[in-house]
Amino acid sequence: MLFSEKWLRELVNPELSAQDLMDQVTMAGLEVDGSEPVAAGFNDKIVVGEILTAQPHPNADKLQVCTVSNGTETLQVVCGAPNARAGIKVAFAQIGTVFFEDNFKIKKAKLRQVESFGMLCSEKELGLSDSHDGIMELVADAPLGTNIREYLDLDDISIEVDLTPNRADCLGVIGLAREVGVLNQLEVTMPACEQVPATIDDSYTVNVTAKAQCPNYVGRVIKDVDVSKSSPLWLKERLRRSGIRSIDAVVDVTNYVLIELGQPMHGFDLNQLSGALQVRMADGEEKIVLLDGQEIQPRTDTLLIADDNGPLALAGIMGGQKSGVSENTKDIFLESAFFTPKLIAGKARSYGLHTDSSHRFERGVDFKLQEKAIERATALLIEITGGKPGPLVKQTSAEFLPKDVDVVLPKRSIKRLLGVELEDSVVEDILTRLGLKLKESNDTQWTWDIPSWRFDISIAEDLIEELARVYGYNNLPVTVPNLALELPKKPETKIGLDKLRLQLVAHGYQEAINYSFVDEKTQALIEPDFDSIKLLNPISSDLAVMRTSLWTGLIKSLQHNLNRQQDRVLFFETGLRFRKLDEKAAATSENIVQQNVISGIAYGSKYDKNWFEDGEQIDFFDVKSHLESVLDLAIGVEFKFLPGKHPALHPGQTARIERDGKLIGFIGQLHPGVQKTLGLKQAAFVFECLVDDITTVKLPEAKPLSKFPASKRDLAVLIDKDTPVQEVLDCVKEQAGEFLESLVLFDLYQGKGIDPDRKSVAMGIAWQHVERSMVDDEINTTMQKIIETLESRFAAVLRG
Amino acid sequence: MENLAELVAQAKEAVDAANDEQSLDQVRVSFLGKKGQITALLKTLGKLSNEERPAAGAKINEAKEAVSQYINASKAKLENAKLEALLSSQTIDVTLPGRGESTGGLHPVTKTMDRMVSFFTSMGFEVAHGPEIEDDYHNFEALNIPDHHPARAMHDTFYFDPTTLLRTHTSGVQIRTMELGEPPFAIVAPGRVYRCDSDLTHTPMFHQMEGLLVKENVSFAELKGTIEEFLRVFFEKDLPVRFRPSYFPFTEPSAEFDIACVNCSGKGCRICSQTGWLELGGCGMVHPNVLKSAGIDSEKYSGFAFGLGIDRFAMLRYNVTDLRTFFENDLKFLKQFN
Repeated sequence: MLFSEKWLRELVNPELSAQDLMDQVTMAGLEVDGSEPVAAGFNDKIVVGEILTAQPHPNADKLQVCTVSNGTETLQVVCGAPNARAGIKVAFAQIGTVFFEDNFKIKKAKLRQVESFGMLCSEKELGLSDSHDGIMELVADAPLGTNIREYLDLDDISIEVDLTPNRADCLGVIGLAREVGVLNQLEVTMPACEQVPATIDDSYTVNVTAKAQCPNYVGRVIKDVDVSKSSPLWLKERLRRSGIRSIDAVVDVTNYVLIELGQPMHGFDLNQLSGALQVRMADGEEKIVLLDGQEIQPRTDTLLIADDNGPLALAGIMGGQKSGVSENTKDIFLESAFFTPKLIAGKARSYGLHTDSSHRFERGVDFKLQEKAIERATALLIEITGGKPGPLVKQTSAEFLPKDVDVVLPKRSIKRLLGVELEDSVVEDILTRLGLKLKESNDTQWTWDIPSWRFDISIAEDLIEELARVYGYNNLPVTVPNLALELPKKPETKIGLDKLRLQLVAHGYQEAINYSFVDEKTQALIEPDFDSIKLLNPISSDLAVMRTSLWTGLIKSLQHNLNRQQDRVLFFETGLRFRKLDEKAAATSENIVQQNVISGIAYGSKYDKNWFEDGEQIDFFDVKSHLESVLDLAIGVEFKFLPGKHPALHPGQTARIERDGKLIGFIGQLHPGVQKTLGLKQAAFVFECLVDDITTVKLPEAKPLSKFPASKRDLAVLIDKDTPVQEVLDCVKEQAGEFLESLVLFDLYQGKGIDPDRKSVAMGIAWQHVERSMVDDEINTTMQKIIETLESRFAAVLRG
Repeated sequence: MENLAELVAQAKEAVDAANDEQSLDQVRVSFLGKKGQITALLKTLGKLSNEERPAAGAKINEAKEAVSQYINASKAKLENAKLEALLSSQTIDVTLPGRGESTGGLHPVTKTMDRMVSFFTSMGFEVAHGPEIEDDYHNFEALNIPDHHPARAMHDTFYFDPTTLLRTHTSGVQIRTMELGEPPFAIVAPGRVYRCDSDLTHTPMFHQMEGLLVKENVSFAELKGTIEEFLRVFFEKDLPVRFRPSYFPFTEPSAEFDIACVNCSGKGCRICSQTGWLELGGCGMVHPNVLKSAGIDSEKYSGFAFGLGIDRFAMLRYNVTDLRTFFENDLKFLKQFN
């Protein structure tokens, strides 16, 4: 809401500077977003002048030589504006004028050998508009020689208040005045909205069929309106200072009432209407060309003002071109209506429209304001354009109008919610000034009658907010809560995500935060098996689907950095991935699974460039060890890395990670095909695991240490080179019995000296019994069992 | 006997001349060995009378001891020199960087989030989480934002279908928490939120932290106390904090809170757009309708809730001027926080 300070002060004028006034309303919840002077800064040398003569410049085609009167003397001024002509009143910047912004001074000058004693100003130079088409023309009766600042009343500022949606009552200057009155305990002078007596009987039939949407419709015929008469300067200036362009007297007056009272109105050209006026829902077939020139086909959920020929206006949003007031208009039909906010909300937006009217109607207009507004507009209009008003046409459906509301305020609830006792007299004073009427009161509570413009108030808490607001939030007490609550539970079997993060940080990973929506194409490349969940209204096509894996974002981060001269990139990210439970079904909330994962990507050399090695590249086992160090945080939990398949990963360098047989993640090298498509020069390694399966751990349980020495054996076998070592280790473990103390892989060999299709695996096995020494016999028996099982299961051959 | 002193002098001279352990040992042998010159003198004692013998013996032993000590001292010196030479040969350049992996770092938003969370958990709040793909009910309806409420238009919501959306705030976690338990509640819920908005100062995804305290007799005074204390601790500065009335459908009364600009202490600067104040978040007393929709008796319990923009706190804390840099993941930018 943009308005002029002077306009407000005409209704209520506290003894506060403009800044203090703005601070005051801000602190009362009407946040001032900014303010601007209504004109450029200049000194008092600009006055109302009159062009007495205007002659072509002898040496320049586009210039004229004018003689200009300032009321006391006549001066010669060279002027380039095409509209400079004898007889018009102008803003005359005399010698000595200073424009403060760029410190531009008007001095005596010679333009093409002709002397000039001043400048005739355009609206742009005065800071009134951006119009630089010509000099500003003042009305004929502008008093010659008057300081222009005074004449145009330019010592004013435009104030922008950023209103919260509940304060629709302040979408008119009267609402803001009411607030300022309450805050300063001053009376407010409300604008006169007296009845304008009808001078003619002409009326127009209005049929409201959509009564729920339009419970109150007031209209009036005004005949013989002279639209060639333009609005007076003061009115145009007030509109300008409220951010509204002057169009013609009818539109200007309806806009004036909109800003002043907060009631949107509309003027129809009466002679363009045919048959009865209808307030009805659209039929879905008809079309309308709006005032802004666009043609739309209103949906059936849209309220229309129509006549026998079809739609005239989108009710409460925008009028139609055809029925609008034009220079040929003679008779008008004025409309002042109340549309039910929740039935009209969102409609303007659905057509890509947002107007001063729709803004107000959606938030709600005072439902008792329509008649006052039309009287106010009629009076203003007739004063400008003349005309004969007819009687008011009223269509009211009381059953659909908001009801008058009473709110009970228990006295104890003030202390309970605000932590402070307020005197009854303070409470009553504040609420009465806000326009509430005290209906009843007793020792424990008040009953308040809520005025029609404060439909945001419906419960006691609303009243308590009003009290707090006016009393001052910053005058309320401050205490730090004493949370005598049960202490939060901290199960030791749950470790924090922060620990996982720090583990990767220790290995050189940088944490990334990517958007949760990603490019669909990249995602399809990485996760072709998943049908991504699509946003209906993405912000751009490369942020259109939800990530099914964090890899999509991490790859983007990798590329971003490779394009910026980085050659070693290690990133990790944690967050949700979004997948459908049933790939074929729609993405309803029941069909979406949101899983917290920790993912990483590693690219480039194993170490930062250094003095101790020659830039060895990161490989699978480096990244696996990074991930293992994270998994090792899960005390007492065993994770298995098994050969896996993933469409984005190298078929020979992919592991699926399992916990208790459940797949919890993948690690691997990006598939060379994918790598190529992504334009990556080197191999990239990625991993992703479900967080919950890492952070859910076991409580450590200590076992007594054995006092007896461990029995150790080494075992080396030849197995098929494609047999996963993990399977061999698992087998040994399984056969080694309950006293196995440790099993370590200490050598792996493939190459010279052995069958090229085989590899040698060497393990150290140790047994230990808590209560006795193990005897050679039992160890030998166990070893035999292990060897036999390896032989039968893997065709293993014992190495000598 | 008279040449004893001379013999000692000769021995010392020989020791001095020996510059390695081997030659030193030869000196020892030639003077103190079984056939050494001083040892030989001891053998001559037998020729002396009983009266002369003790004194002469003592003198010879004294000389023997002197030479022996002299040799030992020299030996220690030689060993020391050898060790020093060895150590010197083992000297490395300790200024070279250590061998191994370098350290990475946490994202500044995570660092800020952790810092904020730790304040509230130490106060007794618990951390709660909610889904990011949320339903209309938890994001709007239960928070007293019915269909067509003007506040919905302000939220610029991303939708999947008419009732499934990306949460526009963390406030829905309030509802999810209260639905599942009984008061009292004291939670903070940090996380990602989404709005269909992208320009210089907005990114379509950002981070919020919701706070909720519901118990008997919670008042606005405690809300103010909590926020003020948090801001003081977070910024490690004692700056004025102010509360302005505002509007959120799920709180009543509602407030926004500002802190005197942490950069200029309220004098007015670029960071605070010359206002001297920084808007940091919204808060209020939980609206009775919200308590009701979560099945809580609003006559018995009251509560407060607040929402903090984590990214904004991170920007102010670390002097980041462009919100968008948080999500570009440029290593040069991120490494500044390591």
